[in-house]
Amino acid sequence: MTNSIVNRPLDILRRFSVTIILLCICLAFALGSSDFFTTSNLLNVALQTSIIAIVAIGMTFTILTAGIDLSVGSVMALSGAIAAGLNVRQGLDPFVAIGIALLIGMLIGAINGLMIIKGGIPPFVATLAMLAIARGLTLVYTQGRPIAGLDERFIYLGTGQIMGIPVPVFIMVVVAIIAHIVTRYTPFGLHVYATGGNEEPTRLAGVSPDRIKLAVYIISGFTAALGGVLLAARLWSAQPNAAVGWELDAIAAPVIGGTSLFGGVGTIGGTVVGAFIIGVLSNGLNLMGVPSYYQQVIKGVVFILAVSLDILTKRRR
Amino acid sequence: MSENKFYLRMEGISKAFPGVQALKDVNFYVARGEIHALVGENGAGKTTLMKILTGALSMDSGSVSLKGSHVEINTPTDAQQLGISMIHQELSLIPNLTVGQNIYLGREPRWKISAFIDWNRLYTDSQELLSQLDVDVDARAEVGSLSIAQQQMVEVAKAISLNADLIAMDEPTSSLTDRETEVLFDTMRSFKKRGISIIFISHRLEEVFEISDWVTVLRDGSLIGSEPIKDLDEERVVQMMVGRELGEMYPKGDVQRRGVILEVNNLHDGRELSGVSLELYSGEILGVAGLAGAGRTALAETIFGVRPAITGDIELDGSPVKINSPGEAIRLGMGLVPEDRKQQGLFLNRAIRENIVISALGKLSRFSFINFSKADKLAREFAVKLDIRTPSLRQLVRNLSGGNQQKVVIARWLTLNPRVLILDEPTRGIDVGTKVEIHALMNQLAEGGVGVLMVSSDLPEVLGVSDRILVMREGKVVSEFSREHATQDNIMHAATGGKVNSDK
Ligand SMILES: Nc1ncnc2c1ncn2[C@@H]1O[C@H](COP(=O)(O)OP(=O)(O)OP(=O)(O)O)[C@@H](O)[C@H]1O
Ligand SMILES: [Mg+2]
Repeated sequence: MTNSIVNRPLDILRRFSVTIILLCICLAFALGSSDFFTTSNLLNVALQTSIIAIVAIGMTFTILTAGIDLSVGSVMALSGAIAAGLNVRQGLDPFVAIGIALLIGMLIGAINGLMIIKGGIPPFVATLAMLAIARGLTLVYTQGRPIAGLDERFIYLGTGQIMGIPVPVFIMVVVAIIAHIVTRYTPFGLHVYATGGNEEPTRLAGVSPDRIKLAVYIISGFTAALGGVLLAARLWSAQPNAAVGWELDAIAAPVIGGTSLFGGVGTIGGTVVGAFIIGVLSNGLNLMGVPSYYQQVIKGVVFILAVSLDILTKRRR
Repeated sequence: MSENKFYLRMEGISKAFPGVQALKDVNFYVARGEIHALVGENGAGKTTLMKILTGALSMDSGSVSLKGSHVEINTPTDAQQLGISMIHQELSLIPNLTVGQNIYLGREPRWKISAFIDWNRLYTDSQELLSQLDVDVDARAEVGSLSIAQQQMVEVAKAISLNADLIAMDEPTSSLTDRETEVLFDTMRSFKKRGISIIFISHRLEEVFEISDWVTVLRDGSLIGSEPIKDLDEERVVQMMVGRELGEMYPKGDVQRRGVILEVNNLHDGRELSGVSLELYSGEILGVAGLAGAGRTALAETIFGVRPAITGDIELDGSPVKINSPGEAIRLGMGLVPEDRKQQGLFLNRAIRENIVISALGKLSRFSFINFSKADKLAREFAVKLDIRTPSLRQLVRNLSGGNQQKVVIARWLTLNPRVLILDEPTRGIDVGTKVEIHALMNQLAEGGVGVLMVSSDLPEVLGVSDRILVMREGKVVSEFSREHATQDNIMHAATGGKVNSDK
């Protein structure tokens, strides 16, 4: 009871532990390479991080309900391919094509959600199956070949700039702000945390945990589709094997950012910081010329450190 | 008996679970502005009846009417809209949310007509509610960081915030101290004045007689009687509950205590314990009394290795031991029945059988394979001994009534034949009949040479069961009484440091 005052510094450390780690990593790279702390490199990091951050934000919602969405990488590829295909093959206006691709992402999310709430299939299994299905559909749709020749306006979304800031970064900021507001200031956001905390009392309070779960998978499907479209735009084409394995980074970002895999705990800000830790590490290690095999090891170690620090500071009560 | 005299009428209510008829054709009537006690043994169906009323469970047959008109209550929201709220027996708060968020979950105040939560209003309103209840808790605190008693009061605040006309309280006092109980009773009385009806479930008959106007008794899912409190006395109610005359509440054999079995010297845990010393003799029941926050649970948990001791030593049978984990304590022949059974004592999603035998698996296995028929036999033996009411030992513990869950935890420890058994609030939420059985069992253990350390907030129990009584205050043992010299007054005096009725 009385130690609330004593623990002030610890409280601050607790709240911002991941941010502090991010700053430390940045500092280390700034000292290690003169190229790191330049505007162009920082914008580059932001661009590289933005897409994974968007996907990770949607993932955060599912993890907050104690679920998970393993299908995001495949959904990215599928929606990118569909948007590109509709634009190139059918000649649809790029924004209409993208709109349809986003709807398909949400539809897949809805199917994930329904398998989980109606079928009683654990999220891990349901979305793992969807990982295979969506990748398969992508290969069928693209027939295993890239779809290139996108409309200029499509490509602009991945490569253009607004006031010097890459468009994907801009979109990420918008998505993050909306998600932050939703989680912090709306009843829906509170109900997401409640569902992840303990379902039975949530139900007794008159909130339907099933509806909340359905919604979070739709959100995750949407952000994955958005990420997929941006990825295609950045690469000027949709690749059938785009974003293979990206679900790992999309899960790592919120977890590094303090989201508990048991549900109910985590913030959007933490997820964005977590995504940047991943992005900055890749970028900085490249700049310093660390061979890519070693990079993997270093990344793994940093993840463990980040998560342990978070657990350690939070465990003390 | 005019038809519309009653605010609530539940008629012909039946409910079956697989293997159990939880309610059989029960009629239950509550008048406006009445405090109506609902009593019965563990598993009698009290919680089930209330869950049906509040839409958390559906009934197989029966009808409910409010203010004379028939109502359909299918979901908790239906009940809320009809002005019915419930305080659940199992705490139903969400640990990772704040107090205020829990109170207003599902009906968050909005900013004007927007989609956004008005956090300021939510927190000022909840703080207001809490102070009405005289609860010293920050509305912004995370619920998981509160004590059980504080969480219970948050539940009360939540039920009140619904502005209900009918509040069902399922064992709200089981984890409250006397002072908190009094505050709750004051609140209940003021509700009554405002015409709010309250259904009150408790195993403590003193409370039932103190606060209620009317008593309804259930037994094995059937209605046994419903009468005004003034026509009843405790003995009669107990008889209705258990269906027979109950023997003496605190039977006490003439137990011979033997040598010291456990000695604790100057134990500190750096937080709640500031130098506890005690001796526990083989063959005695040592009661530990004290107010909430006096460090009794900390003492039990530190001895058992759940929390680390900073300084202090423990001797078992005269030789010093280091206990750093519950596993070591168990190997040394100790057992702990924890206070918070849901969190610490049970695997809710496993069968009763597994819950009982899990600690004894070492004894039941050969070459790492479990001998299931032996396990079954052992589980059955203790289920019978403790009178665990269930259609099958394969029933999940989650589906047992609160009191029967407690018996499962106790059974587990008994399978180990411990030499030292620590019980933290052993009869919380347990019906009178079983209470007697558990006390008899503790006596039996003591007679067999076990040292029994019992922490309890139930003073009559401490006085009735213990051979010796220690009183704790502020992390220390402040007095010791022999069985003959202990009285409610001198224990309370010691527990409060002479300031009886003071705060905290
Ligand atoms: N979900 C369930 N599944 C199966 N059986 C159940 C379930 N819920 C309750 N029961 C059984 O129904 C009976 C009545 O239980 P209930 O919880 O209503 O008892 P209670 O009177 O509240 O007891 P206590 O005083 O111990 O809380 C018990 O036999 C219990 O095991
Ligand atoms: Mg009950």
